Amino acid sequence: MDLLVSALEILMRWDVALALLTGSVGGVLIGAIPGVGPAVAIAILLPATFSMEPIVGLTVLLGIYGSSMYGGAIPAILINTPGTAVNALTTYDGYPMTVRGEPRRALSLAYSASFFGGVFSVVCLILFAPVLAKVAPLFGSREIFLAALLGLILVVVAHRGQALIAGVMAGFGIFLQTIGMEPVKYTQRYTFETQVLSGGIDLIVVVLGLFALSQAFVLLTDEDKTIHTTQLRGGLFQGLRELARHPRVAGVSAGLGVVMGMIPGVGEFTAQFMSYTYAQRTSNRPEDFGRGSSEGLIAAETANNAVPAAAMVPLLALGIPGEALTAMMLSVFYVHNVVPGPGLFQTRMDFVVALYLALLILNLLVLVFLLGATTQLVKVVKIPNRFLGIAILTLSFVGVYSLRNSATDCMLVAGFGLLGFVLKRLSLPVVPIILGMVLGGIMEVKLRAAMARVKTPWDFIDRPVAFLLFVVILLVLAVQLRRGWIEGRALRAAMRDER
Amino acid sequence: MTTERERRFPGPRRGQLGFAIALLVVSVLLLAQIGAQTRWIAGAELFAQPRFWPAVGLGLMTGLAALYLVRLPWRRFTRADAAEALKWLAALEFVAWFLVYVWLVPIVGYLPVTMVFVPALAWRMGYRSARWMAGSVALAVAIVVLFKSVLAVRIPGAAAYDHLPDGLRSFFILHF
Repeated sequence: MDLLVSALEILMRWDVALALLTGSVGGVLIGAIPGVGPAVAIAILLPATFSMEPIVGLTVLLGIYGSSMYGGAIPAILINTPGTAVNALTTYDGYPMTVRGEPRRALSLAYSASFFGGVFSVVCLILFAPVLAKVAPLFGSREIFLAALLGLILVVVAHRGQALIAGVMAGFGIFLQTIGMEPVKYTQRYTFETQVLSGGIDLIVVVLGLFALSQAFVLLTDEDKTIHTTQLRGGLFQGLRELARHPRVAGVSAGLGVVMGMIPGVGEFTAQFMSYTYAQRTSNRPEDFGRGSSEGLIAAETANNAVPAAAMVPLLALGIPGEALTAMMLSVFYVHNVVPGPGLFQTRMDFVVALYLALLILNLLVLVFLLGATTQLVKVVKIPNRFLGIAILTLSFVGVYSLRNSATDCMLVAGFGLLGFVLKRLSLPVVPIILGMVLGGIMEVKLRAAMARVKTPWDFIDRPVAFLLFVVILLVLAVQLRRGWIEGRALRAAMRDER
Repeated sequence: MTTERERRFPGPRRGQLGFAIALLVVSVLLLAQIGAQTRWIAGAELFAQPRFWPAVGLGLMTGLAALYLVRLPWRRFTRADAAEALKWLAALEFVAWFLVYVWLVPIVGYLPVTMVFVPALAWRMGYRSARWMAGSVALAVAIVVLFKSVLAVRIPGAAAYDHLPDGLRSFFILHF
């Protein structure tokens, strides 16, 4: 109870309230505009949040992360274009509902399912917080190294059919974080004797280039699309009643969202597809899936909104981000000398609970905002692509220049922007570069610290958590090798048939 | 005719071969520099060597990039690859816009440059009606006011502001 009171004290400030409002409304708007997405917005806003207190800055960013998926459902349902990548599955059943004249029902159901997913995950995490507080201290240097290694492996293997190129990108990320002055022996690494590179390459420079500027280039070199939206009339409250008729689908999907969100590299996509498959297999009307099934829509939206709160667990408990957005948030902690990890749960539990409560309030704010403002929000869907590109290009400047007023950083951002543009054009993965950078840095520090206390290789895994993580790593690698072998065999068989 | 291997490739064909070759070449060149660009400290443990992590990153990059190139289903360049390369080059125009913007802000000032930059780029992209021009100026002002005046992000005052009268100068340096 004391914990809850001190967490509420942290939140009861005008700047936190403003951050909650800005994050929730801003996130919905960003999500509703196809082509922007939370990664672009967070990358641009990141340096601006450095001057704020950690709870304020993180609330804005978390708000954008959590509420963008609500907004992303609007274009997914109305124009068959997901506002954010994770709303792709929403189009399967949301758009057919619009086609048959039920856009209001689809939106209402999507909002209600998202709200349930968001609130369910926050409540779960508040309840689990004491358990996490007990488990987190079991992670020393070697356990954090192994967890980071596992996270990186999971991120790579999660790119099915692209694991090789994802591995290349992760390697590139690991390499990028080594550039500059190395902190132990104070030697230069890959600086090519230039002053420019001796300070290293800032994560935000890479993030802004790969996510924001590259997206501006994609939009500016593309054609504008003609968008026709449907008129919305009437209220949007019926979804809550309809959601209550499907408690099993909603509950299981939210549960899967929480579990998948906590595993690094897995996230929304896996949670959604698992929930959708489960809902279809157990439905009395599986033939309706993909044709406007309310259960399908509930499964997709509940699962993806349950992820953001859960994704904060590895970040807060171990200091290990599981995907690009939480990797960006990690820099907010570092700027303020708040080190996420086992220590945070022991010393700043009120801060952790305050963050979760902020997420809970955000979900409420977003629901209320959407129920009242959807009719007006539909207009932002119509902003032309290339005009958005201009806005993102201009905003990217603020993001990078405000870091340290460096023209060199701007040139580096332009370079990473071009790289990101090429990767996006070729449908190649970008996220492993960011996680390679973040997790590579963590692995370097933790391995060095861990090896100082290790005499034989066995010593490295002689503690239960370290041993468990090691076994999981071996299992993941074995499963990936087996999958590769099976796919290779199937390909060879198909090629034989072709001949 | 498309082969089974090509059909299973997750992504477009255009540009893949060129990118895979470039990736491998860059990885090999960087790895070849490891002796000159990192140091090996005598007596220090392997994991504490400054060379260890660059070697891990570049080793992963080079090995997997080579494997990726070998397993790519295409061995010849086509016209689509050339068209894709031109598309990549087309993005350079916007890199130039961005860098000119970066160069002008410290000289002319964040607000004036943004108020010209956004409408100019909008004009270039074909948004030429009075409505779009007004919208572009409004967007420019909104961005500057939000970030510089409200959020107070660190963008220094421009050299041109020195020529403003005393009271106005400090106001402009602080807010625009």
